[in-house]
Amino acid sequence: MADIQDIIAVIMVSAGAFFMLIGGIGIIRLPDFFARTHAIGKNDTLGIMLILGGLAVHVGFSLISVKLVIALLFVGLTNPTASHALAQSAIVSGLKPWFRGDEPDSGGEA
Amino acid sequence: MATPFTIMAVILTVIIFIPLYRVVKGPTLWDRMLGAGAIGSKTMVLICIIGVLYDRMDMFVDIALAYAALNFISVIAIARYLNTARPKNG
Repeated sequence: MADIQDIIAVIMVSAGAFFMLIGGIGIIRLPDFFARTHAIGKNDTLGIMLILGGLAVHVGFSLISVKLVIALLFVGLTNPTASHALAQSAIVSGLKPWFRGDEPDSGGEA
Repeated sequence: MATPFTIMAVILTVIIFIPLYRVVKGPTLWDRMLGAGAIGSKTMVLICIIGVLYDRMDMFVDIALAYAALNFISVIAIARYLNTARPKNG
């Protein structure tokens, strides 16, 4: 039982680190601020939720795992909300989105 | 059993440094804030893994929850602060 628990925990934590690495590559490679919010708002959220779920599987059912699940749900709610708030603030302030054929980061001077 | 989590903590420490590139180089203010928020949320996960390594999850989970709440509130506050049309922004 404990072996299966640890194997599932290590697999989930490794998958979460993989998704967070993909999100880090996305925040460097994507051409525009509005495109970069995808890398943070979706990819990083999935990575963080997978890692916290893996830790909750590792510690077993107790008060600590309940707190970890609460932290998981909190991050799943708040990380896309923060990205959306930043994107809304940018588009209200007049930042132009990137279109195909433009230079990367060409909207910065708007 | 602590060995895979030690490796994961080292890998996460390397991954945390990736958005720092966007914080330093980002052309707009929102790019920097997005990178800072990403660093904060990844640090919260690293705090949880450090709790597993030290075998003190009961303390470190509370610290991580408080850290996540502070990170969220700071990003929302700065987004609300920047939410006005200005002639020039840097």
